[in-house]
Amino acid sequence: MTATDGVPAEVTALIGERQYVQTANFDVEASHVANTCSATQNGNPLFWDSDVAAELTGGPIAPPTTVSLWIRPHYWEPGAVGEQLALKVHFDLKETFGLPEAVMTDNTLVFHEPVRIGDRITHWQVLRSVSGPKTTKLGSGRFWVIDLEYVNQDETLVAVESYTGFGYRRDES
Amino acid sequence: MSSTTSGAATVTLDRVSAGDQLPTLAIDVTATTVVLGALASRDWRPMHHDHEFATVRNGTRNIFLNTPNQAAWFERYLTDWTGPRGRLGQITFRMKDSIFPDDQMVFSAEVTDISTDPVGCGWVALSIALSVGDKVCTTATARVAIPIDTNDNPWSRSGDQWQPTPN
Repeated sequence: MTATDGVPAEVTALIGERQYVQTANFDVEASHVANTCSATQNGNPLFWDSDVAAELTGGPIAPPTTVSLWIRPHYWEPGAVGEQLALKVHFDLKETFGLPEAVMTDNTLVFHEPVRIGDRITHWQVLRSVSGPKTTKLGSGRFWVIDLEYVNQDETLVAVESYTGFGYRRDES
Repeated sequence: MSSTTSGAATVTLDRVSAGDQLPTLAIDVTATTVVLGALASRDWRPMHHDHEFATVRNGTRNIFLNTPNQAAWFERYLTDWTGPRGRLGQITFRMKDSIFPDDQMVFSAEVTDISTDPVGCGWVALSIALSVGDKVCTTATARVAIPIDTNDNPWSRSGDQWQPTPN
């Protein structure tokens, strides 16, 4: 990153720093697993048949790719003000750079210990990089990479996720 | 090629080769597919359920499949092939175009490598495409552990015995 990229020092200072350490306020639970499997017509017996789960994984687990589900805030809850957002670093960057729109372009998931029914997941976010100004078919803006690291209640790593986001302003045509 | 766990087929490493093609999976996407997937992944952002927000604010042609739900579809596609003993180690995907209602999304994949890691776990590397018509909307690579034989179970691995990324 160079000075001409126009990235403020306060953003550069956050690169590599752990932000927004949060523990979910609900446990990993079976009905959300069923919702995900239903939404993707996933008939894997590991998630539907308790005997298979007992045999293969020592009890019920969640599909690995659901990991972000377990830390996303409720849309509303008592005492909450405004929209409750997951991936707050992403929204911070949109605001910092005055980019009203955003999409995700890349996602990497690395799965460690299985997430089990009854687990309580904690995660944090780490900004890895911010690009200089870029223009795509969606508009003009910047790309950024944010890692999310997930641990269970025993502080055992369950997954690391990396998102590439593109914050942008639609070009006037 | 397979053993069974409660009737479900399981692929074993000795029966897989680089260049093998996975069966394709075609899904007709509806608005319900998109909304159900977004809400199942607890993604409340409006571009995944609000047509006006998606088209007027985001400039896309409709609501579109969200990222965690695409990941869940890839998992389903891969474990349809591996069976329940297949265990995902890593998946990386790039979304070049969105998936919209009325699209027919088609998953296809090829085995690019097979290996056994230093702790004896069998791995399959795959290259995956998620296409709509002639357009590849998402490309992905995945590393999936599968049993080296009918007695093996990658899910039994923990700690140093589970290495989801190659060394």
